[in-house]
Amino acid sequence: MKVLVTVKEVAEVGDDFAIEGTDIAEGDLEYDLNEWDDYAIEAGVQLAEAGVADEVVALTIGPERSEETIRMALAKGADRAVRVWDDAIEDAFLDVETKVGLLEAIVDEEEPDLVLSGVQAADDAFGATGVALADRIGFEHAAVVNDLDLDADAGVANVRRELEGGVEELTEVDMPAVLTVQTGLNEPRYASLRGIRQAQRKEIATRDLADIGLSPADVDGALTVTEMYEPESESDAEIIEGDAGEAAGRLTEVLREKGVDA
Amino acid sequence: MADPAVLAVAEHRRGELRDVSFELLTAGRELADAIGGELHVAVISGDVEAHADALNREGVDAIHTVPVGEEFDHTVYQGAVEELVDAHDPATVLFPNSVNGLDYAPAVAESLGVPLVTDAIDVAYDDELTVTREQYGSKVETTLAVEGDRYALTVRGGEWPAADGTGDAVVESFTVDVDPADSGARVQGYEEVGGGDVDIADADVLVSVGRGIEEEDNLELIFDLAEAMDATVSSSRPIVDNGWLPKNRQVGQSGKVVTPDVYLAIGISGAVQHVAGMKGAETIIAINTDPNAPIFDIADYGIVGDLFDVVPELIDDFE
Ligand SMILES: Cc1cc2nc3c(=O)[nH]c(=O)nc-3n(C[C@H](O)[C@H](O)[C@H](O)COP(=O)(O)OP(=O)(O)OC[C@H]3O[C@@H](n4cnc5c(N)ncnc54)[C@H](O)[C@@H]3O)c2cc1C
Repeated sequence: MKVLVTVKEVAEVGDDFAIEGTDIAEGDLEYDLNEWDDYAIEAGVQLAEAGVADEVVALTIGPERSEETIRMALAKGADRAVRVWDDAIEDAFLDVETKVGLLEAIVDEEEPDLVLSGVQAADDAFGATGVALADRIGFEHAAVVNDLDLDADAGVANVRRELEGGVEELTEVDMPAVLTVQTGLNEPRYASLRGIRQAQRKEIATRDLADIGLSPADVDGALTVTEMYEPESESDAEIIEGDAGEAAGRLTEVLREKGVDA
Repeated sequence: MADPAVLAVAEHRRGELRDVSFELLTAGRELADAIGGELHVAVISGDVEAHADALNREGVDAIHTVPVGEEFDHTVYQGAVEELVDAHDPATVLFPNSVNGLDYAPAVAESLGVPLVTDAIDVAYDDELTVTREQYGSKVETTLAVEGDRYALTVRGGEWPAADGTGDAVVESFTVDVDPADSGARVQGYEEVGGGDVDIADADVLVSVGRGIEEEDNLELIFDLAEAMDATVSSSRPIVDNGWLPKNRQVGQSGKVVTPDVYLAIGISGAVQHVAGMKGAETIIAINTDPNAPIFDIADYGIVGDLFDVVPELIDDFE
């Protein structure tokens, strides 16, 4: 069985940041492996270690910079990686439909039996790519999976879907499937030194639009960001000033007024 | 019956309509007015008649009941919504941005070939649809212009008030071809998780810890503070994901909803799924190094500072 794990390098905003036009100033962004994808990689690698998966391929849409992040997936045990990028993608806002078109092209090449993706990317938080991809490639799916028990012989994945309010749904999903992985599904490992060394020798194949039979028109999505701004604060929080000792002293007064430890 | 501007798909679980269903009616009415047209509502599976009764509130023009299956099944929901769209041609389909909403809305959008915007917190229409949503962990809001003449939107819970009043919607049963027996994802049951020794929902004062605590060993500091304050310890999700605290301590969308007198958030950023579980607290206090952390937007008091400096001082003060 082949497992394809979608991996995104996400942008995080530092404590201080400026908005330039419709995005954060490049210098105020830090990049990291998407938290949810870390759990998806771990799930894939565990399937390989259990002898259920023969190969785990990491797939990303991202510029050259993101190779550093995708190497983390390789260092944690993915066998190889595919990175899709093109200058035409650089300037576009990648909506769900567009991403799905790019991912579909690689699914067609790789023919996986299982696709694992994160519930959402921490930066855009659309939370939609995995399920939309499933529809496009004709796979079954389950969103927000926090427990996975694969029965490869029966061709089903027994999953738990984490609903709201501490309720979990137990569902039997036909394979092939796309599962969107929730944090807490497993304990993502740290890359070992050996893993990091091995990752240097693993393949990251790159594909541009022409390679996958698409044109710039195919990444011209329906969404345009017209504005970005800091939200207006809804509360008028009293920010307690002073050094730690003074601030704590004032907060203690407030807490005692509220009846704490009275 | 005219073609609707908006078709809103209600959500229910184990016999009960979820709050977001009534909020969808408000968002849907707003958008239908802006586009100029009717608001229709779809109720799929379960006791559709009773649900239709409850959803018949002010501003709803028509309710389509789809009496097939009992509980949410994404194959059934996707099929039913696609057949409804085919029959009634709405400009916009509105879904809740819930765990189940995200289990089928993206598939519907994909299959209909319409643009999808999720987790909308505001919508407007003036010849063109624009949707406001958050990005980068709620640190910024963005407005997106959406091309085309049909859209799929998922709507964040708690952003619109629930619709009230009594409506005079036409209620019509809608027959669909989709059959639950054909579903490739079959629900076997449900389980409640997160029981255990303490019920954080009972506590008057919660000292709640987030990823800012950095290491499991540092939790001792939080327990010391809670003891000094005679409070109960709760947490954000990563603390539970890491296995540092049991699930019954987790506050938020997938954990517990708490309404204590005092909620002291330490090293918690205030992600929407966390806030969903604690925004009803009487007094919210945040300690966070990041002055832009969204938790300060809902706090009554805040200290912009390092928890490792502030918390030991607090412990001293209370001891
Ligand atoms: C479907 C779904 C369901 C979810 N359900 C829940 C849920 O029920 N509950 C929940 O909590 N989350 C939930 N989440 C996760 C949520 O999106 C966030 O990832 C999570 O709440 C972040 O937790 P945090 O604030 O502790 O961590 P972070 O967002 O990493 O924030 C840590 C904060 O600590 C601050 N900090 C760092 N160091 C210090 C220091 N020394 N002193 C003071 N402050 C410091 C930082 O500035 C930062 O603001 C859910 C997500 C999804 C997709």
